[in-house]
Amino acid sequence: MSLEKPEADEAVVPADDAEDIAALLGENVIGREEHVNAPGFVVRPDAVQDTLSTLKDEAGYDHLSVVTAQEYENRYESIYHLKKYDDPTQEVSVVVPADKENPVSESGAGVFTTADWHEREAYDLVGIDYEGHPDLKRILLPETWQGHPLSMDYDQDQPQVVSLSEHANPLQDDYKDAESDTMFVNIGPHHPATHGVLHLKTTLDGEQVADVESDIGYLHRSEEQMAQNGTYRYQIMPYPDRWDYISAGLLNEYAYARAAEDLADIDVPEYAQVIRTMGAEMCRIAAHMLALATFALDVNGDFTATFMYAINDREQVQNLLEDLTGQRMMFNYFRLGGVVWDLPEPREEFFSKTRDFLDQLPESVEEYHDLLTSNEIFQMRTVDTGILPPEVAKDYGATGPVARGSGVDYDLRRDDPYGYYDELDWDVVTEDGCDNYARLLVRMREVEESAKIIEQCIDLLEDWPDEERTIQANVPRTLRPDDDTEIYRAVEAAKGELGIYMRADGTDKPARFKIRSPCFSNLQTLPEMAQGEYIPDMIAALGSLDIVLGEVDR
Amino acid sequence: MSSDQPFITDDSAVLTETRDARMGAERGDRFNSRLREAFGSSPFILTKFDKFMNWCRGSSMFMLQFGIACCSIEMMHTYAVKHDLDRFGSGVPRASPRQADVMIVPGTIVSKFAPRMKRVYDQMPEPKFVVGMGSCTISGGPFQEGYNVVKGAEEVIPVDIHVPGCPPRPEALVYGVAKLQERIANGEASPVTVKPYELEQFSDLERDELVDHLTDEIDEDDLVMRYNFADSP
Repeated sequence: MSLEKPEADEAVVPADDAEDIAALLGENVIGREEHVNAPGFVVRPDAVQDTLSTLKDEAGYDHLSVVTAQEYENRYESIYHLKKYDDPTQEVSVVVPADKENPVSESGAGVFTTADWHEREAYDLVGIDYEGHPDLKRILLPETWQGHPLSMDYDQDQPQVVSLSEHANPLQDDYKDAESDTMFVNIGPHHPATHGVLHLKTTLDGEQVADVESDIGYLHRSEEQMAQNGTYRYQIMPYPDRWDYISAGLLNEYAYARAAEDLADIDVPEYAQVIRTMGAEMCRIAAHMLALATFALDVNGDFTATFMYAINDREQVQNLLEDLTGQRMMFNYFRLGGVVWDLPEPREEFFSKTRDFLDQLPESVEEYHDLLTSNEIFQMRTVDTGILPPEVAKDYGATGPVARGSGVDYDLRRDDPYGYYDELDWDVVTEDGCDNYARLLVRMREVEESAKIIEQCIDLLEDWPDEERTIQANVPRTLRPDDDTEIYRAVEAAKGELGIYMRADGTDKPARFKIRSPCFSNLQTLPEMAQGEYIPDMIAALGSLDIVLGEVDR
Repeated sequence: MSSDQPFITDDSAVLTETRDARMGAERGDRFNSRLREAFGSSPFILTKFDKFMNWCRGSSMFMLQFGIACCSIEMMHTYAVKHDLDRFGSGVPRASPRQADVMIVPGTIVSKFAPRMKRVYDQMPEPKFVVGMGSCTISGGPFQEGYNVVKGAEEVIPVDIHVPGCPPRPEALVYGVAKLQERIANGEASPVTVKPYELEQFSDLERDELVDHLTDEIDEDDLVMRYNFADSP
């Protein structure tokens, strides 16, 4: 493996101070804003690339989390939320206003490759035109869609026509290159190996992948609109469960709870934080078990033993979660300021059930290692296939097990602590194989770390004095955060950095609700991993990315 | 046979003897089931062919293996250990629609996916059945007000059984499939439903402002689906 690690040139100038950054950006800055999470710099729409590359190269902001686009009464606006992979608490927002009549703004895709998809989404849903973008077209909605649904004058009742052009003839002239003899193959959108409704437009040269383009949006169910229509206090919380629906509900709820609590300045009682942390880690185990199960399916074949074993383990976690929350999958358990109810009675029974599960977990992890990772055939399929070098992973904004499998030591639970994580003893797992095998190993080892966290939470909860079991802070029934406060907050979900941007407008509903989905960014790396590889390796690479389309498309 | 008389009586002893004589004594008694007793020495039953075919159909169903959204996770749990849908003779997921006769629609259908789902449904051989899983396939569920969401699977394809829930528990899906099997065995067809959204050739669409606007983008013989969201429930 050729893995030179260019880690020398990071954070050349430790520009922590907003004034330093302002000085660095010079006359590109035309105004200043204050977001709850970070200072915001308003820059000219034609100086985006310059600003981003200055921040990236000279101030070390090497992680473009997300691009948020929104429409105001008098302007359009794109916000580039930047962070550092080394220290995600150092954040900066680059705010780019665009003209109301003719919203054009320079593309940042030349600096951060991940901006490619994020800007396409902004164009698709809000309607900002990014100048210099490599291929600005719709990404989530069908290409024949009329209007931009999150813009102000969109009429939801207008008729739409959607074409079915994807049943293309593989040998059609457009797809066939006479010299290299390539062939076009559609994979999906209902193919079992695509983990949901993903469509891969693949060009093959023999058995090798010459080009692959992901076509997403087959599960774009207007999650952002749904959240913008709901009230902060109760109506939004059920939706996060359905973003990453692999039983990772509590992790997603954590993202919303954290962002909204910081926005409205709500403190969460410690007892509730321990319960949240415990529940979230149970969800992580369930999610990683399914990742393992489906990866085994993709690589080993149809409904094999590993799949059944992993589902069996998931069932046990789901039973625990059901005891805790009353639901198998869509928990709706968090409330702003705490959780909805205390641990189930009798508490001892819940604790002993959880301990039983944790006790048998090392054994079953061992079993997976016997079945999968030490299996020679499996290793041939996964070791050194789907290579994702760390600098490429960073460029695409990859996070979670995908980044950690490439040796990028980035975990928001440790780097930007929330909940009870910083009080507990656990480790961030990284592997530097950069291949499909490393990504699987990260997940399997993370399951063990999660078990450690749960065990410590259980110990804490068992000894928690009766009278101090406050499960919810006192939160007003209707929340109205101050007008024009903006926040971007992220948590470490099962797939990576799940962030939420919210802008309050003084009412009880957010004016803009933007979801930063880890899978959306992770999926972008697929062509990097697949090009030049054999087609089965591409399927393995896709499986090791562990995407969930509900979160990619939102 | 009068109704108060049990179907199996001691009178069948003579038939049993005949049967035993045919099978040979060394076979033991493992063939002496109640069903055998009922049939007597004759290995034949008399029934209508249609009825027999329906019974066969209901007892061996091939599911189309495809997942859409959250419900597909519960669907996987239904297929896998603990719930094991295969116990009911309907747990063989087929990856190709050409080999499947039941389609479980597990999730929200959005504008981009509906034409593909219609296509997949059309590719399944007759007779075919559909189980709608979850609230989204009934009405759009929690996403009903979304700008991109089709308000239920019945807008696109006919549905035999609706399983409500968000998502339904695996037990609920098993119950829904069992109900479907019961219906099939009884020879009941799917209800005729109104399907407002059909795949058509672009040139067959009624000309209006929108269609005129799209003439440059879409080929005349491309298949399209037209959504009239204003008429949706």
